[in-house]
Amino acid sequence: MDWVFTDDRPIWQQLSQQLTRRILTGVYPPGSKLPPVRELAAQAGVNPNTMQRALAQLEQSGLAEANRTAGRLVTEDLQAIERARREQARQIIADYLRAMEELGYSFDQAAALLKEE
Amino acid sequence: MSEMLIESWGLCKSYGRKAALSGVDLSVGRGRIVGLLGPNGSGKTTLIKLLCGLLQPTAGRLAVAGQEIGPETKALISYLPDRMYFAGWMRAVDLLDLFRDFYPDFDYEKAVAMCHSLGVEPGHRLKTMSKGTKEKVQLALVMARKAQLYLLDEPIAGVDPAARDFILHTILTNYNEEGTVLISTHLIADIEKVLDEAIFLKEGKVMLHETVDNIREREGKSVDALFRDIFRAQPLEGGAF
Repeated sequence: MDWVFTDDRPIWQQLSQQLTRRILTGVYPPGSKLPPVRELAAQAGVNPNTMQRALAQLEQSGLAEANRTAGRLVTEDLQAIERARREQARQIIADYLRAMEELGYSFDQAAALLKEE
Repeated sequence: MSEMLIESWGLCKSYGRKAALSGVDLSVGRGRIVGLLGPNGSGKTTLIKLLCGLLQPTAGRLAVAGQEIGPETKALISYLPDRMYFAGWMRAVDLLDLFRDFYPDFDYEKAVAMCHSLGVEPGHRLKTMSKGTKEKVQLALVMARKAQLYLLDEPIAGVDPAARDFILHTILTNYNEEGTVLISTHLIADIEKVLDEAIFLKEGKVMLHETVDNIREREGKSVDALFRDIFRAQPLEGGAF
């Protein structure tokens, strides 16, 4: 999975979103150890302080926890992961509906088309 | 230890009647990667040369780590000039030896390892290297010092995108965490995501000094886009040039 950034939002927000996606898709499984900040920053080609902020956000949303001896771990709380999955799904759906509305489809038409496909 | 690494008060520098910097007030902390951004002739190189002690201010004051510019501050600074100052006949190993003799904080082994990862052998002469490789070798020398302040003047100008990535990666993975890196460039899109903060210089004045996150949050666009908005050249009426 590549790190991709758009111009319209702060980079740390995009990083935390992409880290979340990696946790949801099992790149970093529940309970596993996340790579150190510096390594992640080098991978993504971003400033370590920016990566640190993204990771702090992950901790705040309950997807990761700092462990004094083992570094930073992905949460084992499957409910927290499920909540984050729903949140991402909700965003994808909202994006879909917005794009369909632009094309002139109503909500019902958009939902029906989705089923058809 | 002074809290701010770089501080200036009303800093001015003129070349004859031409003012290159006028009234620059700056403070930059430690552990930061800072972009010094501005179009050609906005004073970026002048500011860097003042920090190095290669130029004397016309007016105002400048301090690095709480000290006036002098031998003590020079020892804290690792400087990559905007053009090469080595002779073409020198071999990579000559440069390594030179840096080891000059700088007590130079990590010889690290520099050798960095050259190796560039595919540069100790016996290679500078004149046989491509422009991009020369840039990378100089950067390796500069980043192999354990300095407080790295001043990189246009480190990615004139090299291909892959070499740029390599250079940025080298900066990210090698800078001293207590130290600060000041990178001057006008290729903002390429370096934006490695920066903590950006300083915009325009006609010798600081017109913006803020974190990249804040700029993106407030403006809803990248630092690069903001730069283009601010510095867009206004074509003459009728578009005739």
